[in-house]
Amino acid sequence: MLSRTAENLFWMARHIERAENTARVLDVAHRTSLLPLDIEGTQAYLWYAPLNITGCADSYEVKYGLAKAETVSHYMALDPDNPTSIYSCLKLARENARTVRGAITSEMWEVINDTWLELNRLPKQMDYENFRDFFDWVKNRSHLFRGVTLGTITKDIGLSFIKLGTFLERADNTARILDVKYHILLPSLNHVGGAADYYQWGSLLKSVSAFEAYQKTYRDVISPQRVSELLIFRDDMPRSLHACMDEVEDALMAINGLSGKEARRLVGEQHAALHFGLTQDAFSEGLHEFLTAFLKNTALLSREIREAYLSRQDTTLNRQLTI
Amino acid sequence: MDTKTLKKYFNEMYADNGAVREIYERYGRWLKDLPDGTLERRNAEAELLFRRLGITFAVYGEAGEAERLIPFDIVPRIFGASEWQRLELGLKQRVRALNAFLHDIYHDQEIIKAGIISAHQVLNNAQYRPEMKGVDLPNQVYAHIAGIDLVRISENDFYVLEDNLRTPSGVSYMLENRKTMMRLFPELFVKHAIEPVEHYPQMLLNTLREAAPPNVAYPVIVVMTPGSYNSAYFEHAYLASQMGVELVEGQDLFVNQQKVYMHTTEGPQQVHVIYRRVDDDFIDPRVFRPDSTLGVPGLMDAYCSGNVALANGVGTGVADDKSTYLFVPEMIRFYLGEAPILSNVPTWRLSEPEDLSYVLAHLPELVIKEVQGSGGYGMLVGPTSSKAEIEAYRLRILAEPAKFIAQPTLALSSCPTLVESGVAPRHVDLRPFVLSGKDVRIVPGGLTRVALTEGSLVVNSSQGGGTKDTWVLED
Repeated sequence: MLSRTAENLFWMARHIERAENTARVLDVAHRTSLLPLDIEGTQAYLWYAPLNITGCADSYEVKYGLAKAETVSHYMALDPDNPTSIYSCLKLARENARTVRGAITSEMWEVINDTWLELNRLPKQMDYENFRDFFDWVKNRSHLFRGVTLGTITKDIGLSFIKLGTFLERADNTARILDVKYHILLPSLNHVGGAADYYQWGSLLKSVSAFEAYQKTYRDVISPQRVSELLIFRDDMPRSLHACMDEVEDALMAINGLSGKEARRLVGEQHAALHFGLTQDAFSEGLHEFLTAFLKNTALLSREIREAYLSRQDTTLNRQLTI
Repeated sequence: MDTKTLKKYFNEMYADNGAVREIYERYGRWLKDLPDGTLERRNAEAELLFRRLGITFAVYGEAGEAERLIPFDIVPRIFGASEWQRLELGLKQRVRALNAFLHDIYHDQEIIKAGIISAHQVLNNAQYRPEMKGVDLPNQVYAHIAGIDLVRISENDFYVLEDNLRTPSGVSYMLENRKTMMRLFPELFVKHAIEPVEHYPQMLLNTLREAAPPNVAYPVIVVMTPGSYNSAYFEHAYLASQMGVELVEGQDLFVNQQKVYMHTTEGPQQVHVIYRRVDDDFIDPRVFRPDSTLGVPGLMDAYCSGNVALANGVGTGVADDKSTYLFVPEMIRFYLGEAPILSNVPTWRLSEPEDLSYVLAHLPELVIKEVQGSGGYGMLVGPTSSKAEIEAYRLRILAEPAKFIAQPTLALSSCPTLVESGVAPRHVDLRPFVLSGKDVRIVPGGLTRVALTEGSLVVNSSQGGGTKDTWVLED
C-alpha cells in the first residue's frame, strides 16, 4: 500500500475516534454538572477537566478565559478555530477520506461525507440544552462508521492502518480521562463507597461505556482501584488500555514488510506490561506516574509507526532499495 | 417554448413540425404520461445523491465553497444506432490520424516534408517537446485517451469543435450520470435497449496495460493526480478505484537509475504505467517547470529510456492546439489515405492577414478563441457580447493576432432540459472518449454537456454548464 494512503487511513480513523472521545468527555462533564458537587471547587474546576483531557486548555484560556459550561462546550464541539474540536476532527476525517476514496469503500465514504454535510447543516451556535443530543449524534456516527468499516472493507493492510489509528487514539484518550478524573476525584478517596463515589466514578465509567460492564464484573460498590483495573488491565473491556494494545499489536503484526521492527518491539513491551501488570503495583507506583509513562510510550510508538510506514523520506527508502 | 429557438436550431427531440423524432419516441411517450411534478421530485433526489456521493468539482478562481456540484440534467440525450455508428467511425479515424501525426512529428516529419503543414507551425509551437524527438512509444500511441468535442448543427451534420489530447476529463460524469439515471428511472431502462458504458474503466485498464513497456508481463499501473485540490480530483480517485490501481501524487514517486518507484508500506515498488492527470509542464521539475512540486524529478529520463509509460504521452499538446486543429482533415488524408468522416468547423487563423481583416470586420458574428485556451476561459462569443466587450477583445487581438482563431457562431443543437420553468430546449455538445492501445476503442456514448442558461452556447462546466446522460440505442 502507498505510504501516503496508509497515512490518510490512519488519520481518518484517528480523527473519527477523537471526535467520538471528545463527545464522550463532554457528555460526562454535562452529566456531572447536573450533580451536587461534593468536592472542592467550582464550576470552573469541573469544566477544566475536558479541556485538560484533550490538551486544549491553553488555547481555550486565550480565547475565553475562565472555563464555563457554554463556552467550553462550544469550543470543544463546534469551534472551527480549535483544531481538536469535534468539528475540526470530522472535517479532517473527511479530508483524509476524500484523499483516499479509492482505498475505502463507497459506504465508508458516504458515512463520513454524510456526517460532515449534516454537521454543516447544524446551527453554528448551539443552545446549551441541545449539546447532549449532539454528543449522542457524534457517538452514533462514529459507531456507524466503525460498523460500516468492518462490514464492508477488505481485511487487508488498509484495515490494519485504520485499526492503528483508532486504537492508538482510544488508548491515549482512556489514559487521559483516567488521569485527569483521578485528580479531580482524589478528595473523595477517603469515603469510598459513598453516594458521591457512585456518581462521580459512575460518570467516568459511563464516559467510556464501562458502567454496565463494571456492575456485571464486580457486582460491588465502585472503587477507584477496580475502575482502574477495569480500564487499564482488563482485556475484555473494549476501551481499556489492555484491549487497545491488543488491537494495536494485532494490527502491527498483520503488516508485512521489513519495516517497523522497532514499532513491533515497542508494542510488545507495552502490551506485556498490561498483560502481566498488577493493579496494586500501578497504585503503589502512583496511578498518575503509571499513566504518564503509558502516554509517553504510546507517543513513542506513534512516532515509530509514522517513521516506519507513513513518512515518505527518500533516504530511508532508497537505502532499502539497495539492500 | 421559444419557437424562434426551435426553428433556428436543430432540436434533438422534436422535428421542426413539433413531432417527436423517432429515436425519442418511447421516451417522449413516457414523458407525456408522467404525472406532474415527478421529474422535479426525481431531480431533487438526484441532487441529494450526487452530494452524498461527493461527486463534486472545484472551480478555479472561485472563492468560498471549494467544491461545487456539477449540475446534472435528468433528461437524457439519445442517439440512434446508425447515427452513432457513423460518429464512432469518424472518431476512431480522427484519433488514429492524430496519433500518426504525433509519431511523425517526433520522428521523420514526413508531413512537413510533404509541405502539408509548415515546420514553423509544428516546431515553434510552445507545446512541441523537442525532448520527445526519436523517443519510441509502444504501439506508436501518444494520445491514449482522447476527448473529442462534437457539436451537431443539423440532422446529419456534426462538427468537431476541438480535440483534447492532453488530460481530457469528464468521463467520471459519464459513468455517474448513467448510474444515477438507472437508479432514478429503472423503468426507462426496461423500455429501451441502451448500450452500456459501465465497462469504460475496464477498457481503460486494458488500454493502459497495452501501453506498458514491452517485456513487462504484469505492469504496475497507477493514476497520478496533482492532488485533492485539483478540480478533477474526484475523477482521478474514481478511475483509480474503478480500475483497482493506486492513486498517486508526485511526492509518492521517485526515480532511481531511470526507473520509477512508489513509496509503499512494504518499501519501494516499481511502476510501469502512469496514467497521469498532470500537465506536461509540471511532471518533471528537472526538465520542465523547475518550480513544480507536483511532478517527479527524473521522470522524463525514465520515460525516454522506455522504463515507464506515460498516458497520455508527453508532447501531445502540439496536436490539439487550436491552430493545428485546422490541419486534422489533411492529416487524415495524408496518413490514412481516407476521406475525413467528421468535419472541422470552418476556422479563420488570425495570424493570416486576410483572415484577420475579415474577422476584425465581423467580430459581432463570430466566436474568437485563444489558440492555447481551454475550458471556455478567455473566449469571445460575438453575438452575446456587449459593444464594450467586443472592443476590449479587439485590442487583445490586435496586440497578438497569432494567439487567436475565429469560428462562425455555431447553431448548436438543443435538447429538452429540466429548468426552473419546466422542460425547455438548451444547447448541448458531446464529448466521447476514445481510447488507443493496440486498437482504438470507444464506449457508445460520451459526456453530453448542456448550457443551462437560455440561449447560451457555452457548455463548459467551469462556465455554469451541466451534463446529461447520453444514450446510444441498440438496433
